[in-house]
Amino acid sequence: MTRNVLEIRSLNISFGGVRACKNSSLIVRQGDIHAMIGPNGAGKTTLVSLLAGELQPDSGQILLYGEDITLLPVHSKVSCGIARSYQITSLFESMTVLENVVLAANRAAGISFGIRWNTPGLGEVRAAAMELLRDNVLDHLMNVAVRTLSYSDKRTLEICIALACKPEILILDEPMAGMGVEESQRIVDMLARLKGRYTILLVEHDMDAVFRLADRITVLVQGTPIITADPDTVRADPHVRAAYLGEDVT
Amino acid sequence: MKSIVPAWIVLLGLFLVPAAAWQMNQPYLLETAARLVVFSVAALSLNFMIGYGGLVSLGHAMYLGLGAYTVGILMHHGVTNGFVQIALMLVVTGLAAVIVGSIALRASGIFFIMITLALAQILYYSALSSRTYGGEEGLRMAGRSEFFKGFDLYDPYQFYALCLVVLLFCLFLQWRLIGSPFGQVLISIRENERRAKAIGYNTFAYKLAAMVIAGMMCGLAGFLLANLSEFVSPDYAYWHRSGELLVMVLLGGMGTLIGPVLGAVTFLGLEHWVAGMTKHWGLVIGPLLMIIVLTTHGGIMGLFEKAASMFRSKHK
Repeated sequence: MTRNVLEIRSLNISFGGVRACKNSSLIVRQGDIHAMIGPNGAGKTTLVSLLAGELQPDSGQILLYGEDITLLPVHSKVSCGIARSYQITSLFESMTVLENVVLAANRAAGISFGIRWNTPGLGEVRAAAMELLRDNVLDHLMNVAVRTLSYSDKRTLEICIALACKPEILILDEPMAGMGVEESQRIVDMLARLKGRYTILLVEHDMDAVFRLADRITVLVQGTPIITADPDTVRADPHVRAAYLGEDVT
Repeated sequence: MKSIVPAWIVLLGLFLVPAAAWQMNQPYLLETAARLVVFSVAALSLNFMIGYGGLVSLGHAMYLGLGAYTVGILMHHGVTNGFVQIALMLVVTGLAAVIVGSIALRASGIFFIMITLALAQILYYSALSSRTYGGEEGLRMAGRSEFFKGFDLYDPYQFYALCLVVLLFCLFLQWRLIGSPFGQVLISIRENERRAKAIGYNTFAYKLAAMVIAGMMCGLAGFLLANLSEFVSPDYAYWHRSGELLVMVLLGGMGTLIGPVLGAVTFLGLEHWVAGMTKHWGLVIGPLLMIIVLTTHGGIMGLFEKAASMFRSKHK
């Protein structure tokens, strides 16, 4: 039996009168690419922010390997194993590509409060970070300041940083946002390489990519998951068609 | 590596002062130079917060005052040992920074500035109203701190040497800190605090640590200042002084190691020079500083960088 990495139990949050997340429950299994789709304003990014700890829910629970982590602050959630990437690229612009990755990796290795230049373990972490960049074809830009990078390189780095956190579950918030077809392909390839090695919760608008990559898909409508199933079942589901295409449920 | 040239110029200059004083037989020169070094240390400490941590404080003179008053009060009660004074001063300024940080770091931006300012003013008014320790008259010290036999702070050369040692120590410490994992985290917080949290950093702890380090460093400057003037005044902690420190950092170049030293030396030098010519020196210095800060993008260090890149492109 596969283990459940992440479990969400009846999560709720409202902003004023808007219930952005309504009785949401969700289970993410180990090793899956679990996609989360839904029309604009369905509350996908809200759910990501709740999972990452940037928002606190009004009620409900978030469990990681069965442990309640609902109220932990952002940085503690990361140490527990939840790492996210951002829909709007969020990097350390004046630092180099390698420095960006090393920064995340240092924390994961627990040597970030070191005030010595030769803090033990620094070399290994650096080597691992370079390897990560090589795997994702960013190694030739290693010592370049991030602000000079192309958009697609930045999007790739965005995911690399999350990977360097050594996550139990990787939450990707629209990794292909704002990219053209060819550029998107680069991210799709990258995710295909990660498939099976990481547990991934993928929020994405690009349906082709989602149906190609995902093991399971959850459809979110107005703050509530209406179905969680394998791609074929989701594709055939009348409620999903209704939500996306405005068809009547018959 | 861009900062190597100006760094050597400044340090060489500071090392040449004693030789010049000796040559001209004017030890008085050293008193002025010591003042420059003391304020360099203070500006350096402020830059650690602003330039690397992105924490703009308008209450940094508080630590200058605290450092000075710790020495003054201990002196008043007959504790003349410099080592004891420094140890206690580090505890006092460190604790103060923890308190200020735990309050001010709950806010950011302009609110952070206002809280640091308010807390520093509390210290200023406390000093002003403390009758036991001189109140607004200030506290006259019976003498300078004593360290060990053969080391006499009354000797201007030896006093100046102590100031230089403190400056070099602070420069070295910052240089190492910035290159360390801790320093990298600090810079990342300045760059993008949200993401720094999202890769697992408790940014509050790092910012607090930076404030404590900066506070203690500035305390050292306060210790030297008290000894230099053999007098402690509430004015050391006044917000006007905090503003001056901020100007020194901006003038020299924020977020560069040696910039604040250049800024302090230039600012105090200008002030001394212009004040000698006209009573209305503020009218001259104010606009001058604005022109420098606005046109150079990055203060004096910015100018050096521009010159360096022009030099490089010419020799290609």
